[in-house]
Parts: sequence; C-alpha cells; structure tokens
Amino acid sequence: MQKCYINGMGCVSSQETYDTSFLESVEINTTENIVYAKQPSYKELIPPAAARRMAKGVKMGLAASTKALKEANVEVPDAIITGTGMGCIEDSEKFLKALIDNNEEYLTPTNFIQSTHNTVGAQIALGLGCKGYNFTYVNGSISFESALLDAKLQLENEEENTILVGAADETSSHTMELFKLVNIIKKESDQPYSVLDSNSSGVVYSEGATFVTLENVKKENSYAVLEALQIQNELNIDEVESFISSFLEKNNLKIQDIDVVVLGNNGDISFDTYYTAVDSLFDQIPQVYYKHLSGEFNTASAFGFWVAASILKNQAIPQVVKMNSFEKANFSKVLLYNQFQGKDHSLVLLSKC
Amino acid sequence: MKVAITGMGIISSIGNTVEENFHSLVSLKTGLSTISNIETIHKDIIKVGEIKLTNEQLAKQLNLPSDNNYSRTALLGAIAAKQAVENAKISDMNAYKSGLISATSVGGMDMTEKYYYEYFENEACQKYITSHDIGDNSQKIANCIGLKGMVTTISTACSSAANAIMLGARLIQSGELDRVVVGGTDALAKFTINGFKTLMILSDDYNAPFDNNRKGLNLGEAAAFLVLESETIVKKENREVLAYVTGFGNANDAFHQTASSENGDGAFLAMNKAFKMAKIQPGEIDYINAHGTATPNNDLSEGRAIIRIFGENVPDFSSTKPFTGHTLAAAAGIEAVYSILAIQNNIIFPNLNFKTNMEEFNLTPQLTLKEKEIHHVLSNSFGFGGNCSTLIFSKN
Repeated sequence: MQKCYINGMGCVSSQETYDTSFLESVEINTTENIVYAKQPSYKELIPPAAARRMAKGVKMGLAASTKALKEANVEVPDAIITGTGMGCIEDSEKFLKALIDNNEEYLTPTNFIQSTHNTVGAQIALGLGCKGYNFTYVNGSISFESALLDAKLQLENEEENTILVGAADETSSHTMELFKLVNIIKKESDQPYSVLDSNSSGVVYSEGATFVTLENVKKENSYAVLEALQIQNELNIDEVESFISSFLEKNNLKIQDIDVVVLGNNGDISFDTYYTAVDSLFDQIPQVYYKHLSGEFNTASAFGFWVAASILKNQAIPQVVKMNSFEKANFSKVLLYNQFQGKDHSLVLLSKC
Repeated sequence: MKVAITGMGIISSIGNTVEENFHSLVSLKTGLSTISNIETIHKDIIKVGEIKLTNEQLAKQLNLPSDNNYSRTALLGAIAAKQAVENAKISDMNAYKSGLISATSVGGMDMTEKYYYEYFENEACQKYITSHDIGDNSQKIANCIGLKGMVTTISTACSSAANAIMLGARLIQSGELDRVVVGGTDALAKFTINGFKTLMILSDDYNAPFDNNRKGLNLGEAAAFLVLESETIVKKENREVLAYVTGFGNANDAFHQTASSENGDGAFLAMNKAFKMAKIQPGEIDYINAHGTATPNNDLSEGRAIIRIFGENVPDFSSTKPFTGHTLAAAAGIEAVYSILAIQNNIIFPNLNFKTNMEEFNLTPQLTLKEKEIHHVLSNSFGFGGNCSTLIFSKN
C-alpha cells in the first residue's frame, strides 16, 4: 500500500497566511465576533471580469489550490476533492432573497447557478481543465476530513497518484445574523473574546480556504505523511478518551508515540469540555490550538491541518499556537482532534516524512 | 471487488415503499401532478413529482415529537433509510463498523425559504435555523436508524446520490467499513423550482426524455437509500443479496458550470471508468437507466456519450424521470432502486412520453414494459459543475 504525502499547501484565512512564511505575523482578535478573510490579490489568478462575478469562497479556493499545486509542482491533478460546510452561501442567499422580495418574479439564474455546493471544486476543475474525479463533501465540521479520507483511500490503492484536496467556506450576512440569533456566534457583550480563557458559549465566526496536494510519492518539499483518520458522528464526553485510544490502537500506536496534539478548541464553554476530556491523555506533550487565529467555521479544521503539517515540516511550534509549555526536540507524529458542538468528531494522524 | 446490496428503501411521488414504486412502474403510472404542498406562483403552470404527504404526516410515520425541527429533506431521507435498514433485516445497527453516506442538494432550504424573515420576529420557528445545514439533515437520518459511526454527505448537485453509493462501495472495498447506508434525499423547494425556472429548463408539460420535441424537465422530490455490506457480513448473517455494485466511475466534464459538453466527454469518461472497474464489456449491459432529464442539452450530450461507448449496439435504455420527475441529489438513489428492481424482476421500465426520434441521432428508448433476463444495469447521473457519474449494478 502506497503512502499519502502532503506535497503542497495553500491557505487563505483571516490571518496573513497566503504569501507569507508560516504564521510569521498574526493578529489576535478580541473584539470582533465575525472575522473576515484577508484575501490575496487575485489579479494574477483570475481575470478581473470573471473575479467580479465569482463568489468569495470560489476565489479563496482558487487561490489556495493554485498555491497547493504550485508548491507540489503539479499542473493538473488526477482528481479534485473538496469539503465545504455551507457551500456558496452568499449566492444562495442572494437568490433566495430576490425570490422572496420579488415574489418569484424577475429572477436571473447567475446566483442560482453558483449556489450549488460543488461550485468551488467545479470551478477549479474548469480552470485547470481537469476531467478527473471530482467530489464535494458537505457535512459540518467533518467536510474537509471526508475529502481527506476519500483521497487517502484512492492514493493508497493507486487509483490516482495526485489529488488536490481542500476546503472552502465563506461568510454571508443573513446567515451570520441567524447564527447570532441562536447563539452560534458569541454576543457583543462577551468581549473580550478569547479561546482559552472564555467564559461564554458560542464562537467567533470566520471563513477561509485551505487546499493541499496529496500524492503517493515523496518529493523534496513534502510536508508530512497523512497516516490515518477517523470520522464519528457523535460522542458523549466520556467516550472521547476511548475514541482516541482505539484509533491509536488500530494504527498500532500508543499514547506515548504522539509528539504533538492539535486541538480544535473554539472558546465555546459548552463544548470545549470535549478537549478538556483528553487533556490527561496528552499532559506530557506540547498541545497546540489554532482557532484563536482562524476563527471557527465548518472547515476551520483544514487550517488546523495546515498548522500541523507545517509544524512537522519546520520541526518547530510557533509560540502563538502553544497551549502549554512542554517542549520537544523533534516531532514525528502529530494528532489532530476536532469536533463542533459535540458532533462531527474527527481524528487525523500526520507523521514526519 | 463487488459490493453486496442487502437492503433498499424509497419514498417518491410514485409510492411510499419499494413495492408501491414497483407497482407504479409496471402499471406505467406517473407521479407528476400540480403542486399542492408549496405556495408558489408557478403552481398552475408546472407539474412536479410531489409526495402527497404533509410534513406532519411524514413526522408521524417516524414517531417524531411534534416539536421536532426536521426539514422535509430529513423527513423523507429518514423514512427511506429506515425502510432500507428494515429490508436488510438489521437488528443492531452498530454491531459492525457502520456508516451513513447521504446526499442532498437543498438540505433544509424548505424551512429557510419559509422563515427567512420570520426568524427575526418569531422565536418559535428559530429551531429550524440549524436545520438548513446539510450535515444536520444527515445527522437526523443517522439518529433515526440508530447509527453511531461515520456519517458524511456528498453534494455534487444531480449526481450526488450516485457519488454517495460510490464512496460507500469504496469504504466497503477498502475495509474501512463493514456496512454502509448510502443514498440521497431532496425535498421540493421554491428555491429549486425558481432556479430551474430561470435556467428555462422546466417543462410546462410532462417531460419526454430523448424526444426531439422535449421541452425540459419536471422537478420531483424523493429519497432512496441502499444498505451495502461486506462479504463477511453477508456470509455471517446469511443475508439475502438483492444485487451487487460492481462498477463505478466519476469524471468531470470541465466544460461549463451548468451545461454539458456537446460530445458528453465527462459522461463518456465516467462510463469507461465504471466498465474498467466492473471488468465487463459494454456489450454485457442489458439495460441503461439513463440520466435523461429531458432538457435539450442533457439528452443530446448523454445520447452522444452513449453512442461513443456502445456504437451501433446501444442496449435497451430508458429514463424513468417521466415517472418521478427529476429528484436532483436523490435521483441516482431512486434510479439505483429501479435498477435493482429491473435486475430482480427481469424487467425494463419504459421511457414514457417519447414520440419522435431526435434529429441528431437514431436512438429510440425502450417504449413498452419489456421482460428479459437482466444481469447488468448501467445507471448514469450528471450534475451541475460538470459532475458525471456512472454506476453498474449486477445480479451476480
């Protein structure tokens, strides 16, 4: 069975992550409950006329995927697999609003055409002329991990050799207002916002796109190996520990084999208890968090994946993502754990090349 | 490696069970009608494949409390998935490594469009805000079948359910799962009705796939799920196998966001991949359940791709969309059930409403109910974003 190498990555997020070296400059937000992406210049990537019509999620996805392919020195991948929680929500909203406000009259198809959840993956394929396998997973916080699993199975079986895998999610005004209504998004009065020192429920919402080039050959610039992953629809807090230990066991690993754990804490006190539940398992190794940088959204875990793979490649953990003070001289295995509101749990295991 | 299908369930405008659907198919009874559950200005103009049960009636079937927050998509999906699990005679869903791969395009859009502004004024309807999310719909289906395990959803427009079946088969083949419930669900919504209306591909008549004078599609709502199980379970539990998934392929047309390429490149590639995996020749296909939406573009593109694959010897083919309407993300699930029924009963369901051959080629679909031995059925599904999928179902 072939291995699954991460050979290129591109990340657009609410931080400067696109044209910079790994987390060289970050801003910690404490005052905004919605943080928007710092989008790169699309001038070289997308013709201006096309860019004006394109949804933000599509543009971010195109930018991230272009970089992921370039880093891996790949022109056209064999397959494109995308994850998104909300798809092109802004176009959906525009079309829906127009149809309600105008009582189903005077509608134009553009927003409807772009509203399908697979628009990002389709537009990347169209741009590259890639006629290969093209899937889009839409399932809350495991959307990206579903795409990863699909790609991993195909690479290991040598059905495909190069797969572009990624995630994109955009914010849109109406949905954000609805999320505020039901406390998915933190209240203004919960400021200053913090992920680790939070005493409120809800999250700081954001958006972004991360793409990675996965291949079954190692290259000079490979980041890491995607070893294993697991998805689980729901768990009680007291089941998390055994969820993790049985995953490690299945992969012939012990707790002590893990060098770094990357956790999806998002500052929602009602559910960050899931991560506290695994604290004791990993109390002797560096713990890393990232949603204070990326914000929370359905595919924020792809940002975490980007952080974890970069840590393995650089063999260093930036101060800004450290949750504790444990140091290690070198890292060979990193475990990621993420969930959202107690649902859609994922474990991803990466190892050094 | 072939993957066993051990259960199936369906709810569509031609029946609330597998048996009812089969009965409608063999009695040539269409489910297309004027719309009654949705308030829309198009209700007197268009015909749709609507399930004539209200959300309350569907919820009652599922024994849900009256304060539930299920979208219609989740209600339909849960009913079909439960049927499939019962049909497979599964007593403990989690006795094996199990999963659910669902597919939908609208998710909870039916509720979002109903309460879009009301959400801000009426707290009582706010429970539906989180039901918009596609993953939430799948989670509810998983709950209704008592599944704790891997749950994910594919949304690639009108090929979604085919891709769910494909991933499910791959998960069984790789040993990642022992059992997986796969399929799709989509409820009618004003959003999709108006979307297809603006694209000017809705027919004001009964859809007539592969007819020279076809005027477009009728939308429909439905849900269908299959249970796929590993050989180990089949042996251990002494399962009755309904049919096998023997081949699948997905490719991208990479031509246009909504239109198919003139020569059906994506469709051609998808069918080719499926044959390669099934290790059979095109000549061995006994029946094609075509995507056949009856839009000018689809039927031309699909017809050309079929000719490219089968040449002069195109097998019996039909589109069953004149029965159900185009049920979008659920379509491939519905048509998987019909493909399995064709295999089980050695029968081909006719392509209703066809009168005139298309001027571009000489393809005549099967026009009457036809009995013949069926070993292999090929089912096509294509979606926006150039997404093209082919599944091959086999008797052995």
